[in-house]
Amino acid sequence: MVSSQSDIVHQLRHDLLRLQGFVPARHVLPTIDLGPINRAFPQHVFPTAAVHEFISATAEEVTAASSFLSGLLSSLMGRAGTVLWITGRTHIFPPALAAFGLQPHRFLFLHPAHHEQALWAMEEALKSPALTAVVGELRDISFTESRRLQLAVEHSRVMGFIINRSKKAGTTACVSRWRIASLPSIPVDDLPGIGFLRWQVELLRIRNGKPGAWEIQWRNTQFVYASDTVDHVANSQQLSTNNEQLSANNYQLTKAG
Amino acid sequence: MHKRFVSIWFRYFATDWFSLHQPERQQRPFVLRTSSHGRLMVSAANAPAEQSGIFKNMALADARALVPDLDVADDEPEKIQRVLGKLAEWCIRFTPCVALDPPDGLLLDVTGCAHLWGGEEQYLHDIVSKISARGYWVGAAMADTPGAAWALARYVSQPGVVPPRQHVHALLPLPPQALRLNADIAERLHKLGLHRIQQFIKLPRASLRKRFGLPLLQQLDKATGQEMEMLVPIQPVESYQERLPCLEPIVTATGIEIALKQLLESLCLRLQQEQKGLRKAVFKGYRVDGKTEQITIATSRASHQVAHLFKLFELRMASIEPALGIDLFALEAPVVEDLLPVQEKMWKAGAGLDDERLAELVDKLATKVGIGAIHRYLPTEHHWPERSCTESSSLAEEPATAWRTDVQRPLYLLPVPERIEVTAPIPDYPPMLFRHREKVHKIVKADGPERIEQEWWLQQGQHRDYYRVEDEDGSRYWLFRLGHYHDKTFQWFLHGYFG
Repeated sequence: MVSSQSDIVHQLRHDLLRLQGFVPARHVLPTIDLGPINRAFPQHVFPTAAVHEFISATAEEVTAASSFLSGLLSSLMGRAGTVLWITGRTHIFPPALAAFGLQPHRFLFLHPAHHEQALWAMEEALKSPALTAVVGELRDISFTESRRLQLAVEHSRVMGFIINRSKKAGTTACVSRWRIASLPSIPVDDLPGIGFLRWQVELLRIRNGKPGAWEIQWRNTQFVYASDTVDHVANSQQLSTNNEQLSANNYQLTKAG
Repeated sequence: MHKRFVSIWFRYFATDWFSLHQPERQQRPFVLRTSSHGRLMVSAANAPAEQSGIFKNMALADARALVPDLDVADDEPEKIQRVLGKLAEWCIRFTPCVALDPPDGLLLDVTGCAHLWGGEEQYLHDIVSKISARGYWVGAAMADTPGAAWALARYVSQPGVVPPRQHVHALLPLPPQALRLNADIAERLHKLGLHRIQQFIKLPRASLRKRFGLPLLQQLDKATGQEMEMLVPIQPVESYQERLPCLEPIVTATGIEIALKQLLESLCLRLQQEQKGLRKAVFKGYRVDGKTEQITIATSRASHQVAHLFKLFELRMASIEPALGIDLFALEAPVVEDLLPVQEKMWKAGAGLDDERLAELVDKLATKVGIGAIHRYLPTEHHWPERSCTESSSLAEEPATAWRTDVQRPLYLLPVPERIEVTAPIPDYPPMLFRHREKVHKIVKADGPERIEQEWWLQQGQHRDYYRVEDEDGSRYWLFRLGHYHDKTFQWFLHGYFG
């Protein structure tokens, strides 16, 4: 029986992906569902067992990336997962993680003395199947260094995230490259003050996938995508113009509360 | 186990030490002098000087009359005592329990140590020959009590091992001074013709007490073992300790690894039997030249896994400098915790913080990066942001209180709040704009104030009024004003970033 040409091409594509490390997630592993963003990934599945890179130069961008990451981790960690967060001088404030539906005491924080130590620690951690994910805040990671991390991940199937703190990042072997920027928040029930967190999520590069940009909100411990919330976005822009009145109202509310 | 003690007596300790760098002094009369009541006295004399009739506590002028070309040096009693302390530390290679016996001796509790050297005779011989090789005249005796060992080391011409339960018999022919008595008690005994212990040991205790006081009976009891004598070790003895003496000094890395593995195996076996695991371990190598090399590891969970602990030590192994060789290895576990056996799980996925592999990874990272560099955070019941969580280095510790989700906290908290310049319209209103690092942020939305008071029982200071603000780019910050608006002394700070 001769299969059609498109079948062969499809089969070959599938094999290629498998060889490149895009193995369909096993049942035991929790998956990440990113709604419309899923369409950007090969096979429409968020690549677990891979190293993802977030480009962020300023403290604001690092925080935005960390928040988005915390959102991802909340679906990944489940009840028993553990995450190692390798960070330099800057500090994740653990109580804030609770707002993302995470248990902050399940996070281990490592403060390495220098870049080489951070890389060593990240590689060792990625090799250990005891962790759910490893987050490393690194500065100017080179291609070779990132490839070592990717190789470690392919073996252990732990998820790796790099927050790359550099202005112009070079080529890396990471499976994807993201940039997260904060957008003005969405008011809650038209109330003044800061509402739901909102980010501009840019997928700059994805191996075998289609890059793109999306607006994502964080509402009640889950992601909400821009297509569902167009009305709210419009509302927020209109509302945020009258700042002084909002603050005054807000103040009264806080006093009353 | 039957207690055994060794007393080491350095008969010419001070003069021997002064002669270490001038060996020719050993051959001719040599004394040390101190000044006492305006006179120069001999405070120590070496063997040739004693042969010429010069003894301790003699006037230096009299000594000079006996030996005109007498070699004299100033005594340094404090330094000598420090040297004795060093020597005691060095003797830890023979037994973990070494006590000082000033001014010129050491007492060792050697219970259960001698078999490692192949018997008591060899053990004592090894002690004497090793100390003699360091340039000291030494007498050493082993007996069942510290008192008997002390007496035998000093008052027997050829001191040695007294077999178990024979010490009282060995004491009988010795003079009363051998009981560590005051000079006047000993003198009174001699005046009464009691020149040997055997002459008064059988006398009724009541009359001995009446004539010579309680100290004589006490010292007699200590020597015979009727009364327990406690030694005060120079270093606290770890209850979890394994030792491995080597016949030949070890210089190679392979040799050190073999030694470590053997020690770990025996220590872990013992821990396993007692259902305990170690949290901290020290591996020590006693070098031939008297120095000690040591490496320390700590674990995040109690462990008695030989392979895991060995890996941790392996990361530090390179820092051991064997020099001329290491002749004794010791492994101590200063921190030990209960470790109940857990049931083996067939599926280890999702074990979380209880996962053994996680503990092993954490230990590995901590050993390389630094013990304080890896930790978790646990919530505490404090409102002040800096105190709202504490570091914990243990993986087993559970949060004592729940994490708060009713207050908004920034994901990034600056370790030290940074000063900002602010334009605020009216008291207690959120600011309109603020300047941080030369960049002006126009504030579009704000929440607050949330007042957090100083916890006066911990720290004095002003309260903080926190505002969550969002600027026109959509970036969110945590600002606070320190102090009251009306005080005119308030300051604004940036304390964190929201995602």
